[in-house]
Amino acid sequence: MSDLSTRERVHPGSAPGEDFHLEIVGDGDFQTADMKLSIGPAHPATHGVFRIVLEMDGERVTGARPVIGYMHRGFEKLAEHRDYRQIKALVNRHDWLSGFSNELGVALAVERMMEMEVPDRAQWIRMLLAEWNRILNHLMFIGSYAIELGAITPMFYAFREREDIQHLLESATGGRLHFTYNQVGGLKIDLPKGFLRQSTELSALIRKRVPDYHDLVLGNDIFQARTVGVGPLPPEVALSLGVTGPTLHATGVPEDSRVTEPYLKYGEIDVDVPVGENGDSFDRFYCLLARISASLDIIDQIHDHLPAGPVNTKLPKMVKAPEGATYLRTENPLGQLGYWLESDGGRTPWRLKMRTPSFSNVQAIPYLLEGVLVPDAIAVLGSVFFVVGDIDR
Amino acid sequence: MSEVLWNTAASFTAQSTSITTFDSFAVSVVVKIAFALGLFFVVPIVGGYLEHKVMGRMQARRGPVEAGPFGTLQLVADGIKFIQKEDVIPRAADRWVFAAAPGVALVPGMLIFLVLPFGPGVFALDLELGLFYALAISSVSVLGILMGGWASANKFSLIGGLRAGGQLIAYELPLILAAITVAVQAGTLSLVGIVEAQATFMLPGTEINVWYVFPQILGFGIFFLAAMAELSRPPFDMPIADSELVFGYMTEYTGIKFAMFLLTEYGGMILMSALMVVLYLGGWQLLPGVPLPGCEGTGGLFDCGVTGTLLGVGITLGKIMALVFLMVWARVAYPRLREDQLQRFAWLVLVPLALLNLALVGVAKVVF
Repeated sequence: MSDLSTRERVHPGSAPGEDFHLEIVGDGDFQTADMKLSIGPAHPATHGVFRIVLEMDGERVTGARPVIGYMHRGFEKLAEHRDYRQIKALVNRHDWLSGFSNELGVALAVERMMEMEVPDRAQWIRMLLAEWNRILNHLMFIGSYAIELGAITPMFYAFREREDIQHLLESATGGRLHFTYNQVGGLKIDLPKGFLRQSTELSALIRKRVPDYHDLVLGNDIFQARTVGVGPLPPEVALSLGVTGPTLHATGVPEDSRVTEPYLKYGEIDVDVPVGENGDSFDRFYCLLARISASLDIIDQIHDHLPAGPVNTKLPKMVKAPEGATYLRTENPLGQLGYWLESDGGRTPWRLKMRTPSFSNVQAIPYLLEGVLVPDAIAVLGSVFFVVGDIDR
Repeated sequence: MSEVLWNTAASFTAQSTSITTFDSFAVSVVVKIAFALGLFFVVPIVGGYLEHKVMGRMQARRGPVEAGPFGTLQLVADGIKFIQKEDVIPRAADRWVFAAAPGVALVPGMLIFLVLPFGPGVFALDLELGLFYALAISSVSVLGILMGGWASANKFSLIGGLRAGGQLIAYELPLILAAITVAVQAGTLSLVGIVEAQATFMLPGTEINVWYVFPQILGFGIFFLAAMAELSRPPFDMPIADSELVFGYMTEYTGIKFAMFLLTEYGGMILMSALMVVLYLGGWQLLPGVPLPGCEGTGGLFDCGVTGTLLGVGITLGKIMALVFLMVWARVAYPRLREDQLQRFAWLVLVPLALLNLALVGVAKVVF
């Protein structure tokens, strides 16, 4: 068998495997030890460079430890050397599936520090695109989770929908993943002509297709056999680990900052937060799927509310936040995203600390993986939805 | 000594009227080998193409379109690509076992094509123990998979290989029990004989001719599920399970050896389907009780003339592809079972049902 220990000595920092005490059972020629299996950093189930070291007895996992940092790109430090208007091009890259929601967080934080009034129309459009972005993100995880359970088809359907949404967003923002559409004080430009009509049509189309996922995945016998009761997360454990988003909602806790601490105009519309009961993999997936319908409801309400008017405010030549600090949290597709923005009055932030949902959510992985089988480990790992860039920043 | 061997071998080929049997034994041997090999390399590629296209259409995409007309040559292109790839053997691998494994997995599939009847008289050999031979030889494949899993010196491969071993042994049992039931009903183990028996099998007390799928629908279902599990096809693809085990026992294989494993899977899909067609679906008959054109006069199923023979081959291949279609459909529609669920399903559901089926058919055979 290949021996991992040599490699670990070469890279001591990346290998916490030594912490495991592999127990040796039996004596003489029949000595056996538990197996240590390193899943990742390059493995199909981790979709990204994420590593998890499993200690296994046969196919049963007796210990698990996520090893993160392979994708660290130093966004927090980079942000300290960027103008406030430039940061948005950085932050929409840490969670590359929720670019719009990330840049929205930074824009809101800077605006709050500068005590800036943002035009109503801009706020409503931000909400509209943020909800579309949420659907875009969830579709990706619906496809990838099905693939992890061995069903290849939902991925293709999810990508068909994603393509339509990306096309819509591209018509307004010019980007497909990194939208860079928010600005301090509003939006880059107004929506193009016909956007609302397309958005309405697409909303109806996707609403028509959501039942397919219910039939194809959620209602599938084998899917239920693989996920119901697998990896249950009690609400108190989830809360103590800082788990948020669909993973928290699955445990039955409806904490969602769009409801509990509304930003933008979320206070003026009905926001439905779907919750699960048992906090198992099935509930996590169910919440994800139900959030698509919930977001479509929000989108339809926004279509009715969208006022006319300007979409941005005139900015001074030099955007400088006054000295001080603020913490702003938004409900990103994967959970609570927090930006701690501290300014010394200069052109760039003194410190930008990110509290990313994926980082907090993967903290639950060691708890969830203990005692499960390898196939279940994958079913659990895939249902704690995370983006590797969002963990490592 | 050589005289005896020669006569024994010659008596095999002279057993029944096969179109691949000639007066000269040497010519017969060459033709039969060419026949089996040709089928082995052509039919799985057709099945693979069908899988590509059907999966594509079911998944809102088009499948291969570039290589050849309508993408028909995609698998040929893939094969050429695989041949060009570097042949990597891991340093820690057990070299000889590692190299031999794909062959051990592939050759049994090739050998089974010797006994599969594809039409009236269109087969290489009609062994008296044809069914036994087919099932026995197909079990050898699992050795190749275990060898590959063990020799790769990779943990993922090892887990995959052991899963394959457990799964293939578990599903062998219901598969064989279902096949035995057919043999009991037909009263013969010869695959050609089973097809003939179906042509003359009447529902007890009536004059209605039916295939064995009707009295043995249970057995057919068991055989179909067990065959999918034997082939490690989704939803029973635990040994490969790409999202868990990277690619199971195939993880360390590259190039032509990897292609041989893939061909084993496609070939296996064809031969399991062909076995099902022979055992349950009346072989080359178009409908129960309807003889092929040209076959009426003889009363039997051979010597049907060119039209009848070609039609028979077409019907057999059509039925095989219909079964392949079902397997592809299952792959598209279902996620993968978990290893323990898989084992439970085999031992607690399929094996008892197969035994029940055997008992029922045995009793019915004696009573009627």
